[in-house]
Amino acid sequence: MAMTTVGEKELLVQVRDLSVTYHTRLGSLSAIDGVSFDLYKGEILGLVGESGCGKSTLGKALMRMIAPPGEISGGQIVFDGEDIMAYDDDQMRDFRGRRVSMIFQDPLTSLNPVQRVDQHVVEAIQVHEPKTPVQAAMERVRALIEGLGIRENRLKDYPHQLSGGMRQRVMVGLGLVLNADLIVADEATTSLDVIVEAKLLDEFKRLRDEYNLTILMITHNIALVAQIADRIGVMYAGQMAEIGDVTEVFDEPLHPYTDGLLRSVPNIKLDEREELYKMGGEPPNLTHPPSGCRFHPRCPQAMPICSELEPALLEAKGRGGHLVHCWLHEPRPEGWEGE
Amino acid sequence: MSEATNEVLLELRDIKKWFPVQQGLLGQLLGRDQKHVRAVDGVSFAIRRGEVFGLAGESGSGKTTTGRVALGLERPTAGQVIYDGTDLASLSSEELRRLRRRMQVIFQDPMASLNPRMSLGRSIGYGLEIHAPEMDADARRDAVTAMLERVGLAPANFFYNKFPHQMSGGQRQRAVIARALVTEPDLVLADEPIAMADVSVRALLLDLMNELKREMNLTYLFITHDLATAKYICDRVGIMYLGMMAEVAELRELYTYPLHPYSQALLAAVPVPNPHERRTEAMPEGEIPNPINPPSGCRFHPRCPMAQARCAEEVPVMRELRPEHQVACHFAESNLP
Repeated sequence: MAMTTVGEKELLVQVRDLSVTYHTRLGSLSAIDGVSFDLYKGEILGLVGESGCGKSTLGKALMRMIAPPGEISGGQIVFDGEDIMAYDDDQMRDFRGRRVSMIFQDPLTSLNPVQRVDQHVVEAIQVHEPKTPVQAAMERVRALIEGLGIRENRLKDYPHQLSGGMRQRVMVGLGLVLNADLIVADEATTSLDVIVEAKLLDEFKRLRDEYNLTILMITHNIALVAQIADRIGVMYAGQMAEIGDVTEVFDEPLHPYTDGLLRSVPNIKLDEREELYKMGGEPPNLTHPPSGCRFHPRCPQAMPICSELEPALLEAKGRGGHLVHCWLHEPRPEGWEGE
Repeated sequence: MSEATNEVLLELRDIKKWFPVQQGLLGQLLGRDQKHVRAVDGVSFAIRRGEVFGLAGESGSGKTTTGRVALGLERPTAGQVIYDGTDLASLSSEELRRLRRRMQVIFQDPMASLNPRMSLGRSIGYGLEIHAPEMDADARRDAVTAMLERVGLAPANFFYNKFPHQMSGGQRQRAVIARALVTEPDLVLADEPIAMADVSVRALLLDLMNELKREMNLTYLFITHDLATAKYICDRVGIMYLGMMAEVAELRELYTYPLHPYSQALLAAVPVPNPHERRTEAMPEGEIPNPINPPSGCRFHPRCPMAQARCAEEVPVMRELRPEHQVACHFAESNLP
């Protein structure tokens, strides 16, 4: 299929109207409800939101890794021009790892405790390229590992002998050795100390610049996104509330939730944000989400229409590429008689 | 923010806490020397009544162990803990138990701190059963109810009979705060009390802790790895590195003029939530070393950009280079403004 380009940017992933439903004893829970967004080649997209907003589920859904009782209940994922929802199991297995690599919060649970670092990487290569001889695989490992700040003598170490930062570097390496196009980093730096975290972020930036890697960074730490992302997506209760260029969203958030969230983030700079914004209420229970806009019960700017009808995720007026899911920025539908 | 006085409530003098490393059978048979993890290795500081003293550092810096020693939950290997004029080591276990009513703890994980089979009312009242046995059941119930309301778990009668799993994370953390404060302590050790909460809940909890501190004349020892959050509650901050205190100063002073190269790196590493202010400073080489075999001299020297020969040989002592601002670095003068 032909490469799709939008302006200067080359499209890598197109997610359209994606929904994930968990079937629980208490009824169906819509963890992701009709989310659409694009990922461009070589960009870092930060996906933020509070616990339970669906950001991790979205990351997993991109790799079709939703396990029962959950399922992808609708929508489309187009990766580099191909509809991956139509892939069979074999194609999917090859897709995961070769095209997309995922890094989780706790690398110890992602690494095999009885395998040395080099064995992990060689195995990853051989699973996807079975004809590669061990020697050739090792060469590739050596070439890569140096650039990641792992010394060659650590290749014979077991995961427990490495520090947390080192383990995450190995995870990144596992993705890079197969030339994955997309890395989904789900809270990948959350368990690390700030200095180690800062160094890993520098690494992410360098890899993006060097390999034109695309990174979807899922995190609750909004400050990290401000530091490295090109664009930011804000999720609330399983929906994309707002998505756009990171400076634009931070300078002028359009969704009241984004606004509140950004104002509640502690800022170490003195004389800035001396008081944190205190948002009322709590995220809703997704087995019975609120009617209309899911944020309306907590929204300081709620209007009558907000509890009646759900807004769409639309480009805000005069803001190319800045989309918002809010009635404040949308024309009323035809036939709406309120207000 | 501060209601700090000049009266010292708690003082740590040259505290050491070493944990023995478990040795293999072979090691024991061969009579190899017992090794120790030097979790805390010579830390001194004083907390004044009414202030919030923040203890910050990375994992393995010894901040949690220091906090536990400060409250008498752990006996120091060496050094003294003086609480309100009394050396904790001079107390019998009975006397120490009585003193505990005045020192309480709030931990990070509220789910792990609340008994899942106890109702909130019982959990919170339990501290009173132990520390205030003279109270009858009715008085205890009244105290618990009042405390629940104070931490924002209202209506208290509704929350009194709730179990931890029936509440949200933010409500559970409020319950843990209520339990710590129901015995009306003077000193509260808060060990990463809000690290697990979402940002929107975090602001509310910080606010609550500040408010309760004012109303109940509390003093906090606030342990955190998050220097951005510390800004909203701490009056003074001590930065720890590998079992030692690197620098102590009033928060604004420290954030404006960090004198220790480690404090400088730690402050620069904290991500700023503003895409216009992206970090350009390089981060120090390597990672925090093993506390069993800490580096000689200044423990930060293998990673320090300013390190010279002297740093590997001589342990730097704490020196006051600016008013109320102490630092343990041989060459801190060159960082003076």
